[in-house]
Order: sequence, then C-alpha cells, then structure tokens
Amino acid sequence: MAEQKKKERYNIRISGLGGQGVVTTAHILGSTMDNAGKYASLVPFFGSEKRMAPVEAYVRASSEPIYEVGEVVYPDIIMIYHSQVVTHGKSYTMPFYTGLKPNSLIIINTDFDVLNEDDIKVLEDLNATVVQFDATKLALDIAGTELATNMAMMGMLLGLTKLVTTENIEAAVKERFLGTSFVSSGGTAMLDSAIEKKFKKKEELLAKNMEVINKTFEMADQVDISGSELIVRFDV
Amino acid sequence: MDASQRPQLEKQKADINYILKEAPREQHFITGAQAMAEAVKRANVDMAIAYPITPQSEVMHLVGDIYAQGHIKEYYRAEEELGTMSAIAGAARAGVRLFTATSGPGLLRGLEAIVSWSGHRVPAVLGILTRVVNAPLSIQPDNIEMAYMMHCGAVMLHAENQQDTFDYTLAAFAITEKVDVYIPVAVATEGFFVTHAKGYVNMTSDDLCLNDFDPVAAPVPAMDNETPPARIQRDAPVQKSNFMSYLIHSVWQQEIWDSNQRAMKYIYEYLGGPIEVQNPEADVFVLGSGCAAAQCREAHRYAQEDGLSVGFVKVKAIRPFPTQEIRDALKNAKAVIVPEHNIIGWLCKEVKAAIPNGGIVVEGPRVYGGMTLPVELIMKEIHTALGLEYDLKL
Repeated sequence: MAEQKKKERYNIRISGLGGQGVVTTAHILGSTMDNAGKYASLVPFFGSEKRMAPVEAYVRASSEPIYEVGEVVYPDIIMIYHSQVVTHGKSYTMPFYTGLKPNSLIIINTDFDVLNEDDIKVLEDLNATVVQFDATKLALDIAGTELATNMAMMGMLLGLTKLVTTENIEAAVKERFLGTSFVSSGGTAMLDSAIEKKFKKKEELLAKNMEVINKTFEMADQVDISGSELIVRFDV
Repeated sequence: MDASQRPQLEKQKADINYILKEAPREQHFITGAQAMAEAVKRANVDMAIAYPITPQSEVMHLVGDIYAQGHIKEYYRAEEELGTMSAIAGAARAGVRLFTATSGPGLLRGLEAIVSWSGHRVPAVLGILTRVVNAPLSIQPDNIEMAYMMHCGAVMLHAENQQDTFDYTLAAFAITEKVDVYIPVAVATEGFFVTHAKGYVNMTSDDLCLNDFDPVAAPVPAMDNETPPARIQRDAPVQKSNFMSYLIHSVWQQEIWDSNQRAMKYIYEYLGGPIEVQNPEADVFVLGSGCAAAQCREAHRYAQEDGLSVGFVKVKAIRPFPTQEIRDALKNAKAVIVPEHNIIGWLCKEVKAAIPNGGIVVEGPRVYGGMTLPVELIMKEIHTALGLEYDLKL
C-alpha cells in the first residue's frame, strides 16, 4: 500500500506480560486519540489471562475513520513491555516482529540489549528503528511504582510519534482512573484497587502518571528517529 | 435485589421509528458489549435471562447492571443454556419483551430450545457474540455457529461494528414484535473483535426508551395466568391424528419461513435494506458480513485510493437472505471475493447459490479458530482477480 497512508495511520501491537498494563494502555491510547478529535479502535487479545502470561493488545490510530477490526497482523509500531517477550518468545508471534512493515518503529522496555544478530539483520533490512529504554526503572524512579511502566511506554510512543498533545493524554488518563465508564476484568479491577491503596488519592496517581509521561516526552524530544541508527538507546 | 429496592425510572417512551431515525444522538467511544447492553437499556426490556459464556458474559454482566439500575423488570442467571433458552420460551407465554445472549458452544447447547422458538412464535431478541465451537479450546471469534442457526427460522442480522450492534439490537425488538413476523431475531457480531473492542457509537439518550411491549398484538396470545387452567398450546397437533400432526407441522414450517420473508420489509424500514453497496459499477466486488464486512470496507477504501475497479457489498441480513438484492448488485461483476471468519464459508455458499454465474465467486480468504482476517489478504485476492501482482510479505 502507498506510503502516504502509513503516515496518517498507525497499526500498533503491544506485547507484554500479564499485570503490566498492556490492555490498559490500549484503552488509554484509544481515548487519547478520541480526545484529540482523531480516530482509534482497539482490541485486546484474550487467552490465559494471568500475571506473567503473555498479553497482547492492539490499537489502530488514524486521522481518518477506521473500519478494520481484529488483532494487528501487520503492525507499523510494536511495543514490547518486557524483555521476556523477546528472550523467552512470550509473544503471540515468533519472532516478535513477525508481520512488521518496512520503516517501522519498535519500542522495547529493557535494561540490556535483547536483540540477537539474526533479529538485527531482519530489522535492518526492514529499515526499522528500535528504541530501547528502561521504562520500569523510569516508572519506579518517578512514580515510585513499576505499575506506571505502561505510562512510560505510552509516553515514549506518543512523544516519538507526536500524535496528540499532553492535554489529550491527561484527559484520557483521568477518564481511565477517575471516570465511571470503564469496564475492567476481575484481575484489572484488583490491580486498580491495589494501586489506589498505594496512592491514597486517585488524583495523586494521576499526577504521578503524568509526571512519567512528561519525562518520556522530554526524552523523545532529544532524538530524531528518522534516519537514525537501527537501535536508539535512552539512559534512565 | 427485589424490584422494590431498585430505582424507579421515569423515561420517555417512543416509537422505534423516532428512536432509530429522529431522536438526537451523542457519540460515545465504547465496546460492542456496552453497545449491545445500551440498546437493551433503550429497548424497555421486561425480562433477560442468561447463562454466562465468554465472550458473551460481558454483555449479560452489563445487562445485569442495567437491571440493578432499574431499566429492566426481571433478570436472572439460568442453570445452563438449554435452561436459559427454555425459560425464554416460557417467559414469552407470559407476554413480555425478552432478551438473552450467548456465544459459540453456549448457542449449540441451547440450540434445541432456540429452534423451537420460531414455531412457538417467541418474539425474543438473541445476541450471538460469536466464538469458536470446535476443540481444541479457543475463546476467540469464529462465526461457525451462525451456520447452525441459519435453518431454524429466526431472522438473523450480522453487525459489522459497535454502531451496528447498537442499531440492529434496537431494530431487532421492533422486527420480532411485528404481528406478521413474530419469530425471534438474532443479532450476531464477532466476539472480542467487536464485543471487547472500543469503537464510536452514536446513541440516543437513555432517558428515551421503546414503547411498552403489547402482548395482545400477537398471533399467539399470551397465556392468561390469572385464570386457570392456562393453556400453553391450543389445538395441539398431536391430539388430532398422526396425519393431522404431520400436516399441521409442515404447514407451520411454511408459515415460519413466510414470517421470515415478511421481516424483509422491516429490514428495509429500519436498516435501510438488507445490503449496502458501494461503487456498483465495479468489475471486482468484495462482499462480506459482520467483521469480514469491516475488513472488506477497508480493502475497498485502499482499492479506491489505488484507482482499482473494486466495489463493496455488505450483507446485513443473513435471514431472510437477500437473494434478489445480491443478484442485482452483482449482475455486472467479473469476480466476487467473499472473505469469512469461518472454515466452511457459509456466506460464500449462499452467494454462489444466489447468482446465476456462481463460478465468479472467489472462496475466501477465510480465517477460523479465532484468527484475524488481515485486509492485506483481501488486497491480495483483489489484485489476483484483476490480474495484478501484489507483494505480500509474511
């Protein structure tokens, strides 16, 4: 398909482990696009939902209406929330980048180099850009909880793609944690309640999440990923 | 929670035409499960009964919530699906507006009761949130169960997205209650891809709901439970003779399928017709229902951008099947690609049988077991049909 379509449309595949907020990210990303007056559709993959089991969610984001449904088989952007997705093959595709389109973006939460030589060769041929940073450490440093890892990942994605403004994001994060319209699964509801206890007030949770997101925006502003080397590393 | 503990809601009641076509709407970004439950909320449903099965469970969970909020008079979880579907039939005798929903294996478990609904003239709306049926276990969407449903007399609508799920479910209540129809209406859509995915839905206010159900306007009057003995079936065929039993049954089957056909005029009235056609002069058509229609629509858009002669047909009504409409839409087609979310290709078979030159129908692409149907696979078939190369890297 033509190149100009790709610029207006991102098909995003998010892979992580149960409990990392993969599905929550998809919901917030969708609402963020909605707040920006753009379009999104999102779908989680449902399998054995439990902590540490592979989890995937998919978001389509565009400036035009989206008709397509189902999991994203040919992504433009892949987000990897845990190094085990790569090293232990905890993805619904093997290898994790199956179906990746040329000139695409991969964001990986890791504190070490997870790609092997074969991966690097394939991704170089696809002219991909891989952004590596320790989102979990960033979440712990700023928000004081690894449960904000998903905010760091989402912030990096939005910081790099400049799809929406921080105001759009703030409204979406607020809706997710303070709103009434969200339908969550049992496990997600338990995590929500655990994190609420940790932050006495939900407003505090919101503020911490936004601090994490703002930090990733600053980091993303430091680099130009177009025409960069295959792997871009951020120190946290 | 008994009825006295629930809120008593003051709602404005209106005709379906007003609700579907005129009432102001507001856009929401919600899941398909929420969209179906919101439609049930606005349909002024008397009673919902269900047994949970993934991915239907989110719909019926939400229907339970709206029961607690006072939008429905009665709701309970049955012992299993055959019990659910039998209880729906029983509740119909009392003359109330009914809703239930199920998925894949649950539908099959309840099917014996469901297939009797048409003959018993049960005006119920059945949500089918499609799911894989066969072993090995999967909970993902695959609309094979719709193939089993297609021959029981029920009207069947197939929703493409969250908006359709809302509109079709509301329209289903109006269609099922028409005296000249009065058979169940099933609204199917793919589990997860619609039920657990968020999309845009323009909805009417939830202060507005459908007029009350009128059990008197029925070809089979409700039982008078106040005056015993209540009789379930008048002039039961088996109490005549064997011959009369066969005769009555065969006549009744004809009547059910005639009722099914009579639903078509209401499908025109409420859904604007059983099919949607884009670019009718094209050489190659992509034709689909449900989520496959969504994928076809996207493929159609890409084809337009690339200047290819491609048309799009969405099939909204599976029963009654729009044979004539499809024949008219495809009369100049050189090839028809029918992508599906099931292995047997039930829609493809129906389309082949509907048109005089069935050989132009391309079978597939098909995905099953709950797999996603990538638009790229449809684009590959479009290019092949047009004699063009398409580079699809896997």
